Amino acid sequence: MTLSEKILAAHCGKASVGPGDFLNVRTDLVLSNDITAPIAIREFERLGVAKVFDPGKIVMVPDHFCPNKDIQSAEQAKMMREFARKHKLVYFEVGQMGIEHVILPEKGLALPGEVVVGADSHTCTYGALGAFATGMGSTDIAIAMATGEIWMKVPPTIKFVFHGQPGKWVGGKDLILYLIGDIGVDGALYSALEFHGEAVDKLGMDGRFTMSNMAIEAGGKAGLFHVDAKTRSYLKDRTSRKYTEYRPDPDAAYARVIEYDVAKIEPQVAFPHLPSNTKPISKVGDIAIDQVVIGSCTNGRMDDLRLAAKVLKGRKVDPHLRCIILPGSQQVYLDALKEGIIETFIRAGAAVSTPTCGPCLGGYMGILAAGERCVSTTNRNFVGRMGHVKSEVYLANPAVAAASAIAGRIAGPQEIK
Amino acid sequence: MSLKGKVFKYGSHVDTDAIIPARHLNLLEPADLAKHCMEDIDADFIGKVKNGDIIVADINFGCGSSREHAPVAIKASGISCVIAKSFARIFFRNAINIGLPLLECEEAADNIKAGDTVEVDLASGAITNLSSGKTFSAKAYPEFMMQIVQAGGLVEYTKKKLSGAK
Repeated sequence: MTLSEKILAAHCGKASVGPGDFLNVRTDLVLSNDITAPIAIREFERLGVAKVFDPGKIVMVPDHFCPNKDIQSAEQAKMMREFARKHKLVYFEVGQMGIEHVILPEKGLALPGEVVVGADSHTCTYGALGAFATGMGSTDIAIAMATGEIWMKVPPTIKFVFHGQPGKWVGGKDLILYLIGDIGVDGALYSALEFHGEAVDKLGMDGRFTMSNMAIEAGGKAGLFHVDAKTRSYLKDRTSRKYTEYRPDPDAAYARVIEYDVAKIEPQVAFPHLPSNTKPISKVGDIAIDQVVIGSCTNGRMDDLRLAAKVLKGRKVDPHLRCIILPGSQQVYLDALKEGIIETFIRAGAAVSTPTCGPCLGGYMGILAAGERCVSTTNRNFVGRMGHVKSEVYLANPAVAAASAIAGRIAGPQEIK
Repeated sequence: MSLKGKVFKYGSHVDTDAIIPARHLNLLEPADLAKHCMEDIDADFIGKVKNGDIIVADINFGCGSSREHAPVAIKASGISCVIAKSFARIFFRNAINIGLPLLECEEAADNIKAGDTVEVDLASGAITNLSSGKTFSAKAYPEFMMQIVQAGGLVEYTKKKLSGAK
């Protein structure tokens, strides 16, 4: 069995499962946020169940439009807060909260071998820890909150093997953008991705979170790494809970095996309006920009901010553009403060925000006007994603985003003198 | 159950930001969401759509975010079903869960034009283009999913299960 198949089999009491099987799966963690929880709460109440299955396994995070951006968002956040308090759920108020997919691993809430379901498509992020984690809608989450179970179809698994040594400015973001550019936004539709190879073994946890996070952008249901020394060391001081490390069988059946030589992969830029519309940085050309966003559930962790700071240190953001940086959690914010990174950003002329998903989905904190272009470390560049339908989003890694902020156009960090 | 209506035709990878832009996710009521359905890619949609009308699209319809607001907005706009060559995974689940029928059919997607009148028989998966006289046959739902559809959605299906009804 593949990694996904092993975890799913263990969560439905079966010795073996295969692609296409319908299972009723036990859930270890059930997540929702301020825009998906309200619908889930309504559906939960329609079920007529008095209690959630286990308050300690249900997490709600006010991160999308919080701190509240307007009255309607405030009403939705209030509805979620009241439900979370009434049912004594795991809830992080503004001041403690961060972007859900940054704080759940950080607080040791998602562990290897677990099944995590969330009413957010980027729930697949926890695959970096060796969990089977997948996004669903609010009604599914209502059912999982009530019963602790959810139906799933076992996905076929595609194995991706990354060979070789990556170039200086090439990280997890570039590997996953390259992969999506290669197979397309539906190249892994309904499938689980499994990441292998010495290049991803060398990646730190933050780079792995970035890769698992964007599995959905290839249409994937989950994107998994197996547990290694880096995973164990990441979890060491974050949890005392026991977890199970699964490994795929040597003879596991994969739908496809795709191999890449990372030495040939440059930093990638995904042009509007699909994450698969990628070009290597050397082929980008001269594209003037109006805004840079560094942060999000994709690239809002310490390694991402360190990379951006390395480029921005002692330099200035082009005065014709806005550079907005959002640490993914309060812990990331504090660590960045201690390392002097926040000062580097502010001295460079960047705006630093409290954690929120805000600009990534065109919510607030950096909305684009008609005709404006933004280089962003986020995950989607669909039409109107960050604001006006005639605005454009270019996806890139934090070093490219920082270099572009200095250059005033899309630029690679090697161009910055 | 038979559905009939005029066709709105779209291309590949219609994402959930196109179906309902995130700036409107501070809305909760289906009727409020419907007012903004498709507005960024088809500003005329909401003015023209009538009860029973049908969306026909190419591959990967509903890709992107997990927002259930997307199928909810489509259903509340009056659309009776969506026919596409393929659907994004989470959108597919969400639509089944809230009772918006989806049909996967390559031939129908290739041979139905905007403005055609189409009739769909959900039980058999038969799709008839009344404007051209051509008929097509959609992939049948897996049995497990059919049970959810027949129960009227996932909440009803689960309610029955929880009350011990078989």
